[in-house]
This record gives sequence, structure tokens and C-alpha cells, in this order.
Amino acid sequence: MFDITILWETRELILQGLWNTVWICFLGCLLALSLGLVLAALRLANPRIFSYPVACYVELCRGIPLLILLFLLYYGGPSIGLTLSASVAGVVGIGLYGAGYFAEIYRGGFKSVPKGHLEAARMLGISPWHVLTRIQIPQMARLIVPPSTNQLIILVKESALISIISVDDLTKNATSIVNQTFQVIEPYLAVALLYWLIIELIARGGYALEKRLANRQPRPIEPRGGTRHAHG
Amino acid sequence: MFEILLNHYPALAEGLTTTLVVSLSAIALGLVLGVLMAFGLMSRHRLLAWPCGLYRSFWRGTPILLQLLLVYYLLPEVGIEIAPIYAAILTLTLNTAAFQSEIFRSGISHIPVGQIEAARMAGISTWQIRKRIIMPQVFRLTLPPLTNEIITILKNSSLISVIAVTELMRVSEQIASRTFQPLETYLAAALLYLAVNLVLARVSAYLERRMVGGLATE
Repeated sequence: MFDITILWETRELILQGLWNTVWICFLGCLLALSLGLVLAALRLANPRIFSYPVACYVELCRGIPLLILLFLLYYGGPSIGLTLSASVAGVVGIGLYGAGYFAEIYRGGFKSVPKGHLEAARMLGISPWHVLTRIQIPQMARLIVPPSTNQLIILVKESALISIISVDDLTKNATSIVNQTFQVIEPYLAVALLYWLIIELIARGGYALEKRLANRQPRPIEPRGGTRHAHG
Repeated sequence: MFEILLNHYPALAEGLTTTLVVSLSAIALGLVLGVLMAFGLMSRHRLLAWPCGLYRSFWRGTPILLQLLLVYYLLPEVGIEIAPIYAAILTLTLNTAAFQSEIFRSGISHIPVGQIEAARMAGISTWQIRKRIIMPQVFRLTLPPLTNEIITILKNSSLISVIAVTELMRVSEQIASRTFQPLETYLAAALLYLAVNLVLARVSAYLERRMVGGLATE
């Protein structure tokens, strides 16, 4: 039978696991989002040099399991002088792995902005900075929010793998509770519920952001050299 | 890295075979379940649609590692003793069925309603419509996401090493602990996973190019 008191007795383990999962996921996703942006920007800025290496990196992330990447970092790292603690290896692994996916998402976003918009903006003398911040980013933001939310959710779920390199995350602590109490269903279901909660929060956040971006009115761009005249 | 590949070729090949067998059986079984569940999800009967939706939410919303551990530890509790490899196939199947049901649901919803209405007018039965009109087109429409799902399952199959199935990941762990060369060993394993997934992606791209001709449009 379902015995809820087990969960109360082992609450400290569960909370510790939750905390570790949350901060490692947060930092890992942050790393993935920023590194992905850097990769996409490099590719956009100088396609001739960076297209091929970035495309290779993306293929690597798509083709290699995260577990292998974590093992390479945690067990393989010391042989080239890179000794990481398990949690840091987790953050770096999630970050490197996610970056490949985010680079593709951003690239899709940048590519979706019609070329005509950029040409028209340049013709009107709008500065490159304004082209980026007022034309490219607002248009791509709306498009990349849903796939980014999706990817963040995937990363949170994949973060369960860090338990295999001995990080005390939700999954590892749930297994410890199973081994201590010989109850299988309660700890695993409770932890599944907590993962689901984190994921639901991300999904809701993404949805809210998407709606906000869709409703946003564009602000007028002030022409270079002041606002003295406005023809047409 | 290449030394490891050469010296431990038989063990790695055996591991890779197990990886492929487990992943592909899960994909095939999950496909059957996924198609059935896609029709369940789209059913007008709430008693059918609701449990399918709940199933999809659970299997898509929790980590696959957790699902694997739950299945693996739960089966003996309820008196079912099966080898780890079957527990692994079962978990991957149940997981991919949820993802595939969503892929097929979205594919089915892209088929013009007019075709189905016309078929119904012509007196073709529901199952015949599904078999002859909907599914052939759905497979063409859903080939790209389906390929992604196959690759995901292949990658996720690496974590069944946790329940002691000797697939590629587990074999690499054994080699790493024997040779004390974890970096080279895991790089070799990564190369094998990468090769399989690249081949899969290429085959799928080829099929997609070939099949695009026969697609019905509005």
C-alpha cells in the first residue's frame, strides 16, 4: 500500500536532492543558453569560417548520449588534467550538450527573419544595433520561445543522468530511499512528481513569455540625428 | 581511442549489437502502441482519450532514468521476474510509445479532413480509412520527427547500463576499468554512437527525399 509517512521520514534526502537538481539544472541550462547563443552568433557573423565547425559541434551533441559526455568529463577528464567534482561535471556536461541544440534553435530563429526586413531597415538608415534589437531579436524571440522551452524541459529530464556519476540529485536520493526502506513506489513516484512540477513550471513560464512577446507593441525607432522631421 | 577500438573490437561490437537490438525492438513495439494511442488521443470518447492523455503526460513528463528504475524495481514487487534486458525494452517501449503517439497525433491532424469525409461518404469503414488512407500518408509526414525519436531512443538506451544490461555503454565501462583508459574508451564509444546516429539521419533524409513525391495535398 501507499505509505506516505516514508516520504515524511526521508524528507531531508528528498529536499537535498531537489536542491541539487534545481541548482545544477539552472546553471547547466544557463551555460547551454549562453554558449548556444555564442555558437549561433559566430556562425551568423562569419559563415565561411564558423559554419562548418559549429555544424560539427551540433552533430556531436545530437549523436552522442549525454551519459557518454558526463563519463568523458568525470572519468576521462583526469587523464588530461581536468579534474571536476561530480556536480561541476554535471553542470558542464548539461551546458555543453544543450548548447548544440540551442545553437540550432537560435539559428532557425535568425533565419526566419525575412531578408527584406533587413534590407528595408538598412535602406531607411536604421543602425545595425537597432536592426538587431528592434527587428531581429523581437521577431526571432517569439519563434524560439516554444522550442527553447521544450529543450529546457528535455535538459531537466536528462539531468537525472548526473545521478549515475554520483551527484546526490533527486534520482540518486530516491534510489537511496528505496534501498533504505525497501519501498519502491513511494519514493520514485514522489520524485517523479517533483520533476513534473519543475517541468510544469518551465512550460508555464515559456507559455507566459510567448504570450507577452506576441502582445508586445513595437516602439518607434528614432532616426539617427534626432527626431526633427517625420515624413510619411 | 583507435587502439581501444581495435583491441576490444569483439566486445564493443557485441555491446553495439545489444544497443541496436534493444533500441530497435523498443521503437518497433512503441510504434504499434503509439499509433493505437494516437487514435485513442483523438477519440471522441472521453473515457478513451483521457487515460491516453494521462499516460502521455506521465511518460513524457518524467526522466526516463526514473521510469527505468521504477519498472525495474517494481516488477519483482508485483511478482514478475524478468531479465534486465526485457525490463529495459519494456521501459523504452512504454516511453517511446508516449512520444510516438504525440508525433502520430500531430501527423494525423495534418491530413485534410476532406479525404476522410470523402472516404466515409464512399462507405469505407473506419479501420480501412485508418489503414489505407491515413497511415500511409502519416508515415511520410512524420518521418523527420520519427527519425529524431529513433535517435533519442538510441542515445537513451545508454542508460540501461544502470540495470546491468551489457550494451555499448556498459561494455565501455568494463573496458575502461580494465585498461585504465577511460578517456580513450568513452571516446571510442562516443564515436560508435555518433556513427550509428549519422547513418540513421542520412537514411532518413534519403527516404524523405524519395517519398515526398507521393504526398497527397489539399
